Amino acid sequence: MQVGQIERRKFDTLVIGAGGGGLRASMQLAQADADVAVVSKVFPTRSHTVAAQGGINAALANVMPDNWHWHMYDTIKGSDYLGDQDAIEYMCRAASRLVIELEHAGVPFSRLDDGSIYQRPFGGQSQNFGGEQAARTCAAADRTGHAILHALYQQNIRAKTHFFDEYFALDLIKGEDDQVLGAVVLSIATGEPLIIEAKTTLLATGGAGQIFRTNTNAMINTGDGLAMALRADIPLQDMEFFQFHPTGIAGKGMLISEGVRGEGGYLLNADGERFMERYAPNAKDLASRDVVSRSIAIEIREGRGCGPNRDHVLLKVDHLGADVIKKRLPGIRDIAMTFTHIDPIEAPIPVYPTAHYTMGGIPTNRFGQVVAPMRHGAEEATPGLYAVGECACVSVHGANRLGGNSLLDIVVFGRAAGNHIIEFLGSNRYHQSLPKRSVDQALARLARWERKGSGDGESVTELRATLQQTMEEYCGVFRTDDVLQQGVEKVLEIEQRLEDVTIHDHSRIFNTARIEAMELENLIDNALATVVSAHARQESRSAHSRVDFPERDDEHWLKHSLYYKEGQRLDYKPVRMKPLSVESFPPKPRVY
Amino acid sequence: MRFSIYRYSAEQDAEPRMQSYELADIGADMMLLEALLKIKAIDETLSFRRSCGEGVCGSDAVNINGRNGLACITPLASLTAPIEVRPVPGLPVIRDLVVDMEPFYRQYRAVKPYLTVTDPIPEIEFRQTPQERDKLDGLYECILCGACSTSCPSFWWNPDKFLGPAALLQAWRFLADSRDQIADERLSDMEGAYKLFRCHTIMNCAEVCPKGLNPTKAIGNIKQLMLKRSI
Repeated sequence: MQVGQIERRKFDTLVIGAGGGGLRASMQLAQADADVAVVSKVFPTRSHTVAAQGGINAALANVMPDNWHWHMYDTIKGSDYLGDQDAIEYMCRAASRLVIELEHAGVPFSRLDDGSIYQRPFGGQSQNFGGEQAARTCAAADRTGHAILHALYQQNIRAKTHFFDEYFALDLIKGEDDQVLGAVVLSIATGEPLIIEAKTTLLATGGAGQIFRTNTNAMINTGDGLAMALRADIPLQDMEFFQFHPTGIAGKGMLISEGVRGEGGYLLNADGERFMERYAPNAKDLASRDVVSRSIAIEIREGRGCGPNRDHVLLKVDHLGADVIKKRLPGIRDIAMTFTHIDPIEAPIPVYPTAHYTMGGIPTNRFGQVVAPMRHGAEEATPGLYAVGECACVSVHGANRLGGNSLLDIVVFGRAAGNHIIEFLGSNRYHQSLPKRSVDQALARLARWERKGSGDGESVTELRATLQQTMEEYCGVFRTDDVLQQGVEKVLEIEQRLEDVTIHDHSRIFNTARIEAMELENLIDNALATVVSAHARQESRSAHSRVDFPERDDEHWLKHSLYYKEGQRLDYKPVRMKPLSVESFPPKPRVY
Repeated sequence: MRFSIYRYSAEQDAEPRMQSYELADIGADMMLLEALLKIKAIDETLSFRRSCGEGVCGSDAVNINGRNGLACITPLASLTAPIEVRPVPGLPVIRDLVVDMEPFYRQYRAVKPYLTVTDPIPEIEFRQTPQERDKLDGLYECILCGACSTSCPSFWWNPDKFLGPAALLQAWRFLADSRDQIADERLSDMEGAYKLFRCHTIMNCAEVCPKGLNPTKAIGNIKQLMLKRSI
């Protein structure tokens, strides 16, 4: 297809992705009377924010004393000091206001007796800079993500945001001076490409949990935005840090919220021992996620796993009583009963650490602007391009995200990006002309899958399964140089094999085979970024646990990785240790 | 295990047809979605929507042996073979199991599904007692899968005039919310013989809802409010 034949639409802002980050930004923009288009490969409320369970952190102090500064400390400690302290201060300071704003937007938060928002304890939370457990996570039962995503979608309906539902983004369009000018997208229903021209483009496409075989993620979480950034010569930051959630349903992966432990649930090994007391004497089951996941893995490795194969541990909840479980954890009970036939009111749930969250992503500053080393420094903004949420790396999560901080991240930076975009639009009033080359490149992606094969080659499904299995085996919870080296080679080989993969469905209307093929391309780029970055980092820091380098090494590795697609090149940049207004929190040994 | 699956695409088919597939290794705990994914691995031309795989996103409502449900939380063990899978009824088919949901979404948008407050907005949260909040349980959990509306005969007959159970459940969700301040407007919007009153309490909606919600009851509550308002 020729560029000139493709339909074009023009908007002030194009938002790609309709999870909480995208919808928070689009709401901001639509309310400010900007023309905003939201492109999403699924209907907005199918986005993965809908599956977030436990809650959103804000130091409202509704249950016990709290303040944003303690939240900031916990987040920095949780990040193992790899988080940028200016962005973390910004996020924690904004939290209370933005949670209240969500409540005003209609989120049906659970309530305390005085009518204020219900808050529960979550992992890694403390009062007074490492003291007693805090209760900072605002919850709508255990369906907080659902409640937030639906409310944001509803307010976007009210604000008359323009939605392109079930459109798949092929690639960004870049101008001659590296300014991003929109994207080429594909209508899944008709199979027709569409050019969306925009003065600003916001990537809010979520994480890439599907690079791992067993994961808590939706099938749509294929890192599309991250791969688009890579193809636009933008590096990805800190991709070696991938969070394994301690409590996925063993063997299946469905998420069992940290809120279960927040409400008083705890983990048991085969001896019936509450083993977290040994690993984290203070925080116990509410230590941060990397700590709990590693502890479970060690218990199982040392033979104290449960079940006939000793391959999982148990999450005990029944002592909380039927009332608390039905009131505070109804969704978890549903999921446990559906997928394990176990009613947590009666028996414990079998769990195992499961791939969950992409801490790394497209490097941004605290305004949501995509920043990369260019001509004039390490953090130069790419004009017209923004990223928020799981696909972005501000970085507020560093080497480990705290539970309850991801829903916060998306609303805080969705709004921040919205604000900055409004400012940008004020001084950039006209669309620029599109270079044909950039559009052609996007269309080439589509044309590649028109190729017809002999019919007996490897399929998309098979190669995807191989990739996921490889990442699980060679880039899992415990890593060594040797294993990671093999992982890099295997993923590179998979990248080669992709060349020979063809699809047999060349139809236009709702061709999901073609979408899955392009998602696989994206997954491979994400996997390669992850395993190459992991191989290079010779230290252990939270989610990145190197058996051959067991200690954190601040002298050499207190820095962010930057991975480039071309030649799998790595670069590094310093962590921003200086907060906006308070004293810096210098790295300390991290104990829970 | 034998499956019979509805196939149609305007691009290549004059008429819809049922296609048979046989799957050999069926695990004891397998859900219908896993079977559909296995079939797609054999025949990639089969199209259907799916995402979270745990009954939360609402993508994969289909008609299974004559009854609407979510493929991802329907155990194969609960079904009699051959398992017949069709698109949910009452909406135009785009391809195979994929229907055009737009008429359904239009109804949702028509009930102003957003909290609306006319008073000045305070700097703290709106206060709501736990008892007031309890009234939203069984309402806000809707995942917009469409299983209810597309199993409702009143929806089939009057899709352009009757709002359907899913939209009406959301209408009640906001009427029941102690924070919302446009109850009168909401009720006025639903006046007339069709929008609300075409519900004949057949109760298919409550029967099939994969989240165990009860739109019929919500509709009854709205009717009661209407009645109260008129006297």
